[in-house]
Amino acid sequence: MQKIEAVIQPSKLDAVKDALVEIGAEGMTITEARGHGRQKGHTEFYRGREYSVDLLPKVKLELVVKDELLDKAITAITTAARTGTIGDGKIFISKIDDAIRIRNDERGEFAL
Amino acid sequence: MRIRVVKVFLAFLFTLIFGGSVLCGSTAMAQLPSSPQTDRIAALEKRADENATAIAAAQTAGDNGWMLVSAALVLMMSGPGLALFYGGLVRKKNMLGTMMQTFAMMAVITILWAILTYSLAFSSGNAFIGGLHNMFLHGVGLAPDPAYAATIPLQTFMVYQMMFAIITPALITGAFAERMKFSAMLVYLTLWSIIIYSPMAHMVWGKGGLLNATAGGRFACLDFAGGTVVHVTSGVSALVTALYLGKRIGYPKVPMPPHSVVLSFVGACMLWVGWFGFNAGSALSAGTLATSAFVATQFGAAAAVIGWTVAEWIRQGKPSALGAISGAVAGLVAITPAAGFVSPMSAIWIGLIAGVFCYLMVVKVKSWFGYDDSLDAFGVHGAGGTLGALLTGIFANSAINPIFGAGKATGLLEGNWRLLLHQAFGVGLAWTISIVGTLIILFIVDKTIGLRVSEEDERIGLDLSQHGEEGYDWAH
Repeated sequence: MQKIEAVIQPSKLDAVKDALVEIGAEGMTITEARGHGRQKGHTEFYRGREYSVDLLPKVKLELVVKDELLDKAITAITTAARTGTIGDGKIFISKIDDAIRIRNDERGEFAL
Repeated sequence: MRIRVVKVFLAFLFTLIFGGSVLCGSTAMAQLPSSPQTDRIAALEKRADENATAIAAAQTAGDNGWMLVSAALVLMMSGPGLALFYGGLVRKKNMLGTMMQTFAMMAVITILWAILTYSLAFSSGNAFIGGLHNMFLHGVGLAPDPAYAATIPLQTFMVYQMMFAIITPALITGAFAERMKFSAMLVYLTLWSIIIYSPMAHMVWGKGGLLNATAGGRFACLDFAGGTVVHVTSGVSALVTALYLGKRIGYPKVPMPPHSVVLSFVGACMLWVGWFGFNAGSALSAGTLATSAFVATQFGAAAAVIGWTVAEWIRQGKPSALGAISGAVAGLVAITPAAGFVSPMSAIWIGLIAGVFCYLMVVKVKSWFGYDDSLDAFGVHGAGGTLGALLTGIFANSAINPIFGAGKATGLLEGNWRLLLHQAFGVGLAWTISIVGTLIILFIVDKTIGLRVSEEDERIGLDLSQHGEEGYDWAH
């Protein structure tokens, strides 16, 4: 089992979700996040004071998939989320030791 | 007019009849032979009296209706108008704390007004302060007091003025946002209302007040709805408080942008609408003066939005929402003393000037001096109120309101330069009382209770540290 953490542009969320559902990914967790990579921020003005905002709004998807589904999932995400400009985001892959379904104690790939 | 003619005619008739009967040796009406004429005269007289009563009642109904609505509008300016306007400008962790400061005034000042400060402001005393005979609202009943407003119950006048007494200390909270103890704030603003607001209100609006233009004050100042009484006092006291308390931890390096310009926007719009009660209600009647004040208010606000926005657009490249709503408030502040004295076109000028002036106060002057007037209570209310008072001295016109007598020149542009001097004097007096009084109160409260929250409490935020609550709970 592999965990996919993808930080993407908020405007791409719907496209990425649909693409993942299409290839058979059955669950995911989505969080609102702020962050940046090489993307520069912007300045905001409130009552004449300048604030540089370099924590930009992002969306983070986390999902755990069977090993066989990993490459398909990565491709789905990159295709749906890519715009070609700086700020598109990143995907991180890590190995998952175990997964448990809370409802009925199912373990391993059965829990996904 | 016709009623008067009828009354004179009836009086003449009765004089003839009674005079005639006296001459003839008879003494009472009973002796008069009952004829259709006398019956009709008696009936007419009775109807004339009833009409006079009905007319007075109709006048009162109109005026009182408007005044009660105005009182409600002004209260709405405090809650939720000011509460939201200020609340949106602070950081998330201080939202409830900020709103509670204004809300506490709505409760505390109400009671204080009834017990003491209405009397200090509006009962007769000397030129500087009222007396105590209206304490506990003694003598404040449903009959009008013609010295203030002849067509509305005195209680209406009292409750209307109460709303001003509530919002004035609430305005000061903008200067010490995010760092004052709730308990200390309660004591501070209660003392402030007694020592600074009541005398100022008395001097400008109370019977025998030193600056009262309508009741023969020695230095007649024109302050229609409280530019000096409300905005200068609160704004200057705000500056003093900000300097005394010191800056927020991390200011100015740590970014502290508003956590919700959206909420501030809602609050500002409520302030704008509520201000019609504040200004037009200060006519104390539903007549044409209320119309003048209402119209001037709208033009002042709108013009100031444009003034601030254009200045910001030029200087910073983009017109911000926060700037636009701040401009509106600045214009409303500046038009407050002028509302019932100036023409609509003058109101536009006042608004335009105030918008630009307050914008510069907030973005330039504040950073020159480096004080942390967190929500610009001084920049908008103190400075805007001072400017408005002086512009009133320039633009006031007897065609709108012959306050000094029919045809007598009122403001500078009409040919009377003396008013401007009086305005400056009144403003100077307000500045002085505010600075001295506030310093004394701050010192006393600080040495007894302590004004500022601890460093840890300031970091956690007022919501948690002062009220044990979170304004925004993400976990549910």
